[in-house]
Amino acid sequence: MCAPEFSIKNMNSSLSNSPVLAARPVSDRLAKRLSRHIGERLIEAVLFAAAAASVFITLGIVYVLVSESIEFFKQISIVDFLTDTQWTPLFDDAHYGIMVLLSGTAVSSLVALGVAIPLGTTIAIYLSEFASPRNREIAKPILELLSSIPTVVFGYFALLFVTPLLQHLMPELPGFNLLSAGLVMGIMITPIVSSLSEDAMRAVPMAMREGSYAMGATRLQTALRVIFPAAISGIGAAYILGVARAVGETMILAVAAGMQPNLVWDPREPAATITSFIVQVALGDLPHGSTGYLTIFAAGLTLMLFTLVFNIFGFWLQRRYRERY
Amino acid sequence: MIREKLPQLPHRIKAETHHLSFYYGHTRALKDINLVLGDNQVTALIGPSGCGKSTLLRSFNRMHDLYAGNRYEGEIVLYPDNTNLLDPGVDPIEVRMRLSMVFQKPNPFPKSIYENVIYGQRVRGIKKRSVLDDKCEEALTNAALWNEVKDRLHDMAFALSGGQQQRLCIARALATDPEILLFDEPTASLDPIATASIEELIHELKQKVTILIVTHNMQQAARVSDYTAYMYLGEMIEFGPTDEIFIKPKDKRTEDYITGRFG
Repeated sequence: MCAPEFSIKNMNSSLSNSPVLAARPVSDRLAKRLSRHIGERLIEAVLFAAAAASVFITLGIVYVLVSESIEFFKQISIVDFLTDTQWTPLFDDAHYGIMVLLSGTAVSSLVALGVAIPLGTTIAIYLSEFASPRNREIAKPILELLSSIPTVVFGYFALLFVTPLLQHLMPELPGFNLLSAGLVMGIMITPIVSSLSEDAMRAVPMAMREGSYAMGATRLQTALRVIFPAAISGIGAAYILGVARAVGETMILAVAAGMQPNLVWDPREPAATITSFIVQVALGDLPHGSTGYLTIFAAGLTLMLFTLVFNIFGFWLQRRYRERY
Repeated sequence: MIREKLPQLPHRIKAETHHLSFYYGHTRALKDINLVLGDNQVTALIGPSGCGKSTLLRSFNRMHDLYAGNRYEGEIVLYPDNTNLLDPGVDPIEVRMRLSMVFQKPNPFPKSIYENVIYGQRVRGIKKRSVLDDKCEEALTNAALWNEVKDRLHDMAFALSGGQQQRLCIARALATDPEILLFDEPTASLDPIATASIEELIHELKQKVTILIVTHNMQQAARVSDYTAYMYLGEMIEFGPTDEIFIKPKDKRTEDYITGRFG
């Protein structure tokens, strides 16, 4: 379209002919930009402050946990903390063996994963590879609704519905037990596992699917032999983030698992977990500053280290698979 | 039909389309295509982008069935058993067991070289180790890749170069003993040296299998094919022996395209 006589000179004249730009002298336009610059700097500062606040709050929490835990470990040796097999901070003869609480957390989390990994993976494979777009549009919001239910509701569901149901099958099952709480916790984290796994599988390029179908593979063969291995690091990340969520879960266990500190590996027993113990102490009447009171910070720090490691590992896995495609 | 119009047809015919039309929803992407594939011959589909050549290729192994709203009309008949591949009673999976495909971009699976090659065997339920090993070696040899990878069959396929990955995909397609091999611009993402090796390979493979290849590159069509079909806007403009299409095309539009006047 350019005419052959097009030149810089022509361009300049056409610019100054433009009614918008020619209306104001050049110095005026510069001044306008300066004020806009200040406005932008201000907004930048506000945004930075918002971001910094969240960092400082996190640091503050870590500071409180660490400093109070140091106070605790001045009174109780770290070796006792890690090796003692009793957890009785409220008794006269106090014992502080974190293994007791960790066993409760580990058993309930394992039960939860036993539910969430098979269920979540199956749902993800269905949604990513089998469901028609319409079914997917219906199923996904319902799944996400499941993760928006308050956990205390899940807790009462476990205590008042699942436990009586299980007692039909196992008459000697106590009213409070890790099994029922773990099963319900598994249902709670299923949407996390399924939605992250589905994202990972849908990120696998279409060319990979076509390659498999072109070899005469069925949908199920394509899903299991090609798509699942291709998305494995993302699916692994989904599992790990599910674990982190299970380890940190509080209300379901506080409501349905009982709060007796028991060193158990049998999910049919009642037991306290790290989280439910913290709830118990925070609600209770231990004097501020006593050794018993300080236990919750040591327990909290242990929990935080666990979930931190799981989260970092999960996000690392997730990033690794995103970089591949 | 096409047989009367073209005296220089291949002696033995492997497959034939009868009045094939194809619709993406309401868009008619192929219009009344009549094409024959000579047994153990290379047939090239050429034409400008969007002319329907890939759509035609992908009709042969019913890849369009993977997406909703696609519809075929007419027939693709496979000889010697006279099976109409587009018959609603024919399972697309059966079709894809007989016709293999190599894609534009190498698309190896995230598996070892070995597992990639025998994928077709695996999905057919073959488990016997010795059968799989033999098949793997045979297919890699036919794809001119065996010597390069025989010492690292269990390495990941992604570790190979682009040209090697494409030859791996050809080996994967060969390992199922296809009757027809479909190539969808197999060298579009490769450098000239890798392209030359793939072309040489296609030339050798036609001893064993019938080949249909889509290509953007007219020199490539001239080099590798026995028959060439020129397509434009979903129609088959001209079909005949490659020499004739390139030396004295009958249709003005074919001539314009191959002389580079458009497209």
